[in-house]
Amino acid sequence: MASVDDVKKLAALARIGVGEAELEKFAKEFDGILAYVGQLDALSVDTKERVLPAVRNVMREDGEPHAPGAYTEALAKQFPEREGNYLSVKQIISHD
Amino acid sequence: MTKALNELTIAEAARALRAKECTVRELWDACVSESKKRNGELNAYLELFEADDVAIEAAQKRIDEGDTSMLCGIPLAMKDNILIEGHIASASSKMLANYVATYDATITKKLKEAGALFLGRTNMDEFALGGSTENSAYGVTKNPHDLTRVAGGTSGGSATAVAAHMAIAGLGTDTGGSLRNPASYCGLIGLKPTYGAVSRSGLIAAVSSFDQAGPLTKTVADAKALFDVIRGKDLMDSTSIDTVAIPEKVQRIGVLASLMKGIAGTPVEIQFNKTIDYLRSRGMEIVEVTIPSVSPALAAYYIINFAEVSTNMARFDGIRYGMAVRGKTLLEDYVQSRTEGFGQETKRRILLGTYVLSAGYIDAYYRKANSVRELLRAEYAKAFEAVDVIATPTMPTPAFTIGAKADPVSLYLEDVFTVMANLTGTPAISIPMESIVENGKELPAGIQFSAPHGGEERLFNIGALVRGEKM
Repeated sequence: MASVDDVKKLAALARIGVGEAELEKFAKEFDGILAYVGQLDALSVDTKERVLPAVRNVMREDGEPHAPGAYTEALAKQFPEREGNYLSVKQIISHD
Repeated sequence: MTKALNELTIAEAARALRAKECTVRELWDACVSESKKRNGELNAYLELFEADDVAIEAAQKRIDEGDTSMLCGIPLAMKDNILIEGHIASASSKMLANYVATYDATITKKLKEAGALFLGRTNMDEFALGGSTENSAYGVTKNPHDLTRVAGGTSGGSATAVAAHMAIAGLGTDTGGSLRNPASYCGLIGLKPTYGAVSRSGLIAAVSSFDQAGPLTKTVADAKALFDVIRGKDLMDSTSIDTVAIPEKVQRIGVLASLMKGIAGTPVEIQFNKTIDYLRSRGMEIVEVTIPSVSPALAAYYIINFAEVSTNMARFDGIRYGMAVRGKTLLEDYVQSRTEGFGQETKRRILLGTYVLSAGYIDAYYRKANSVRELLRAEYAKAFEAVDVIATPTMPTPAFTIGAKADPVSLYLEDVFTVMANLTGTPAISIPMESIVENGKELPAGIQFSAPHGGEERLFNIGALVRGEKM
């Protein structure tokens, strides 16, 4: 079952901030939800041999590219911060 | 004609336009004026679009020149997770409040080519996660049959828009019942097509292996008219297929006694049995079918839902578009954007998805759920060797009061009948039965039919029989 620490760890992995009050609430709710979906535990279905799903992605060949720049402005308009046609982000590797 | 223009069905409006009883502009204006009048109390539309004069005039010209496209000049309501170029598509999330679609979804393109018009974008549960449109960042949508009740979800806005005659018909998406559930609660027809029958290109993804777009309409004939336009294999969606048509006739109807136990003696069961008796009187053979894996199916559905949601939501990071909160580091940019952008239910499912996919639990949860899914698929295929369609109620209850299902598990349990079609990829339709009277209010409730893959025509035929429609 889920403890407050578990929820904290999951939130960090999922890049989501969860406040103290919310942590307690989620932990309590997760107990109920995991107890419900956990009923599969009692089921003996063979999971060792993985069944190939009936629906799956099929890749197509690349081809017929659109004209360069045709969508650049429309996409760049959505950027929170831009420099010309570049998306501007924080520096990740520092020099010092 | 006694009906107001906005109350017409697609078929009636198409006829009226050609008989010159009304113009495309008059039909559009009738829907817009009803929407403006009622949207304040119902909250069906998040945004009503300005009239697209070019599209309206083009549709009128096509009709005047004898074009036979049924959808030409028909004003539709579009769910807020279907992209329309140049319009905001927010999936009812703060995360995408400012996101303007840079291209048309494939179904949008097909509807435009058919001459259809878009009235606005409709409210939904955020990212299509829920079952009542209570999880929207922009407030709950009310049920037009009783304003204290939910419209259902996640396509609740489109359902209310159609049921309250604020649109001639509507489009939505269905991940675990999101078209059929609001259809049942609002008294409409809702079709979840065969997985792959309709392109998902340009839909904001919830659970990619379950999602399908489909119609919400006043009649079965209208559902077929919309489905016939939006269906078809699409190069932009590698999971789309040209479905192989199967025999259309319905003679044997399967009923799932084991799933009905949970609603024994309820008003929904009484109406369901009445409808089944009627179908028997019309020459249908009713057969009890057994599908053992329906009992763990709902748990399996939610595990796969959490897993795929957490994966799909990973793309929202505050960097390229949408909500962008800035902290001291890049990591803080991600965390703060996601924390502020996502609502409670979305966060809940992302965290649960992260849990069921984590190394220690993936065998116990996700892989097991997928095995149940394959088992269920095989059992349904077997059952369909003996019957043409399988019938259940669509929802265990009529629309519930807003706020009544605050506990997540109680809301998840409402999906027990609808998720089967998403797990197996089969098509399913909700058809209104006789209403249920509760506290003096007439509340709609639906009967659901599912068919083997590619069996949409069968569903239209049985639906038309229930409704007394001629197809």
